[in-house]
Amino acid sequence: MDQAPSVGKWLPAVALAWLIPGGGHFLLKRPGRGALIALSVVAMFLMGLMMRGFLFQPQGGDLLTTVIYYGGFIGDLMSGILYFITVWLGYAQPDVAGHEHDYGTKFLVAAGLLNILAMVDVFEIAAGKKD
Amino acid sequence: MKMNLSHFEASVLFALFTSIVLGIITKKTDRERVRYAAYCFVCFIAAIFGLGWLMYLGHG
Repeated sequence: MDQAPSVGKWLPAVALAWLIPGGGHFLLKRPGRGALIALSVVAMFLMGLMMRGFLFQPQGGDLLTTVIYYGGFIGDLMSGILYFITVWLGYAQPDVAGHEHDYGTKFLVAAGLLNILAMVDVFEIAAGKKD
Repeated sequence: MKMNLSHFEASVLFALFTSIVLGIITKKTDRERVRYAAYCFVCFIAAIFGLGWLMYLGHG
């Protein structure tokens, strides 16, 4: 059975990968992959903003509302520094109808979800499970 | 700055960036990554056209 890798080995890289999309790969000396991940996540996030997507806030209620709003919030948050800068600069798009806003909202969440996949990749590289 | 994209344009851009990340994280060699990213992109595009036609025909 594989022994669990030590936290100190993977945590800095995974934390950096969350905070700066692609940063974990750069730290682990995979600049090409890091650059492509950064390009993809940043482009999706910026396009989401330019389409005036809605940034989710945690909100309770019935099960579906809770899942959507908490899930969306986590997805947005996973874009790391992009999310924090956006909120810090006062971006506050209300949730309105329209396909552009809707795509924008999905792009913002998807950027965070892609960054989660990148974080998992960084973890596997840092833990020595993958090249 | 505001971006006005059609359904098709937004879907293709979504497919492109998602395919790039899926290719990077799932395969071991660069060649496999490029092939898998291209495969994912083609699947996304096929799904876009398939679902588009399905909605068009289902709409009556």
